[in-house]
Amino acid sequence: MKRLTYLLRRLQWALLSILFVITLNFFLFRVLPGDPARAGIRDPRLTAQAQQAIRERFGLDKPVINCFETLNPLKLGKCGVNPLETQFFIYVGNLLRGELGTSYHTNRPVSSMLGEALLNTVLLVGAAQVFSIVFGIILGLVAAWKSHTAVDFTALTASLVAWSLPTFWLGIVLLFAGSTWLGLPVVGKLTPGMAYPHWGAKAADLGRHLILPTLTFTIVVLGEYMLVMRSTVLDVLSEDYILTAKAKGLSTFQILKDHALRNALLPMVTIVALNLGFTVAGAIQIETVFSWPGLGLAIFDAVGRRDYPMLQGAFLLIAVSVITANLIADLLYSYLDPRIQAGQS
Amino acid sequence: MSETAAVLELRNLRKLFPAGRSGIWARTSEFVHALDGVDLRLEKGEILALAGESGCGKSTLALTLMGLEKPTQGTIWFEGEDVTRQSRAGRQRLCRQIQMVFQDPYESLNPLMTIGEIVAEPLDVHRLAQNREERRGRVEKALEEAGLKPAHIFMNRLPHELSGGQRQRVVIAAALVLEPEVLLADEPVSMLDVSIRAEILNLLAELRERRGISVLLITHDLATSAYLADRVAVMYLGRIVELGETQAVLESPAHPYTQALLSVIPVPNPRKRRERIILQGQPPNPVHVPAGCRFHPRCPKVMERCRVEDPVLAAVGAGSHQAACWLVSGGGSDE
Repeated sequence: MKRLTYLLRRLQWALLSILFVITLNFFLFRVLPGDPARAGIRDPRLTAQAQQAIRERFGLDKPVINCFETLNPLKLGKCGVNPLETQFFIYVGNLLRGELGTSYHTNRPVSSMLGEALLNTVLLVGAAQVFSIVFGIILGLVAAWKSHTAVDFTALTASLVAWSLPTFWLGIVLLFAGSTWLGLPVVGKLTPGMAYPHWGAKAADLGRHLILPTLTFTIVVLGEYMLVMRSTVLDVLSEDYILTAKAKGLSTFQILKDHALRNALLPMVTIVALNLGFTVAGAIQIETVFSWPGLGLAIFDAVGRRDYPMLQGAFLLIAVSVITANLIADLLYSYLDPRIQAGQS
Repeated sequence: MSETAAVLELRNLRKLFPAGRSGIWARTSEFVHALDGVDLRLEKGEILALAGESGCGKSTLALTLMGLEKPTQGTIWFEGEDVTRQSRAGRQRLCRQIQMVFQDPYESLNPLMTIGEIVAEPLDVHRLAQNREERRGRVEKALEEAGLKPAHIFMNRLPHELSGGQRQRVVIAAALVLEPEVLLADEPVSMLDVSIRAEILNLLAELRERRGISVLLITHDLATSAYLADRVAVMYLGRIVELGETQAVLESPAHPYTQALLSVIPVPNPRKRRERIILQGQPPNPVHVPAGCRFHPRCPKVMERCRVEDPVLAAVGAGSHQAACWLVSGGGSDE
């Protein structure tokens, strides 16, 4: 019961944050310089009438929002613009009906475009996160246990280097190396125009395309995880209860597994959760380098085209995933750390 | 030499730690002399207090006895067997016999484990319980012996839900569950409220009565040892400087260092004024142990001989009272 009220209160906050994000996103993109009617069709010969027609089709001829006086209920109607006819309220109204709108560029529903892109991103990010979490935790544990030895020194240096590498640069280097020496594909998700005899061949092709971007992503995130894990485990290992455990005759493995790992996981959960939310968007650099048709690439393209509905949809999706990831981290916390009573603030 | 029932005996135990920065490639030629030739016997069923100021090597001694630090030199005997250099399996077996109670009950319990899990862990590590009932039974017995009654209400609690005194009882229960012969208590009450200290000390005395357990009580507070111990050993800069029956040492301390320590203990009698001996000079540096008697730079009764020759433990009068001081062994005549 306590847990349920806690969950409800968290959900309430999550909803508020999402409402805020919706409003912010809407105005953020309209503040950007540039005109969707012209950015989408890069043709200087476009006549004024044609531009106007495009604006009318997308509803961009309507005021962004009615004059601010109308927000004051006493002065309602004095502005001369029906609030329901403004871009903002039309957008919110559509959202409430679950419609994200139509892309200016492709004329397809934003929801289906985002769906495809999200699936591809989750494939890439998911694989990379699983690898980097597993190896980051193991490497961090080992480095902390062997602290101030050559093993630790090597792992530490490698992690710092990996963490500091510019993502796009690492991507380009790996792309070059992988395609030249290993013959791996460099662009997209599947080989264009290839006919697959069965689904297994298709999966294999997808796998080959995944190798390089996943590797890039793993290297970048792994360094951070390893460093955080190492320092928290070092903290935990200096605690008296680790000395107590040694005095009780526990082996190194038992101490790391039963005492160090669980206590060190708490900060890791926070970082992983934050990262998971952000990496949906953070894959922009990698997806652009490898032309991986994910959310990052979709955002990159949409910004160039001032594709408002697509941008709004994508940013909403990112906000929702960050908020959800935080919510999950909170709930995981109370499971991992019994001292945190769900329900206490 | 181990003729009677010495549970634990240390002979000329030394432990050096490399001093200064030790990088990966750096070598150091200086060492901290944490233990500098310690000889000590712990009899069966005895409570021996090891007193000394912080940094004198008390805790290193305990860690070395537990096998958590390897002695640089010297031997440790447990029940007539040399246990100084042990295989892993040997150390496992020794762990069951010698258990330790740490100073800080707030830090020495894993915050994520319940009391039941904490106390049961040693049983699991040493595979001592055949089944769940036996395991539970032994855990409850240990908790009740440590004074946490009724045990079942504590089993599923977490450390942060208990008071400091209760936590220290949990630490003691987790040591008792293995039914050890020796308990090393490293400042077991220094982090506790004064009101709880006596309770925990009484518990240790009770355990000695009931189980014949031997206790090495490490403390910086001679008043604590007076309360509980049969014998007192005073340590200074990695060596025992005075040793004897508690009453003998506290009433007629022979070593100037012990005299200084005792003179600053407050006496609950405002009319009784005592001269306090405030030690002069630099605090001891265990990297550069002074030549001659290690106490001579701070000793109020220093003599010429003390600067040159290092005194060894010698009998003070009759009985087992011993002190390492030229005033005792040299007669003090050649001043």
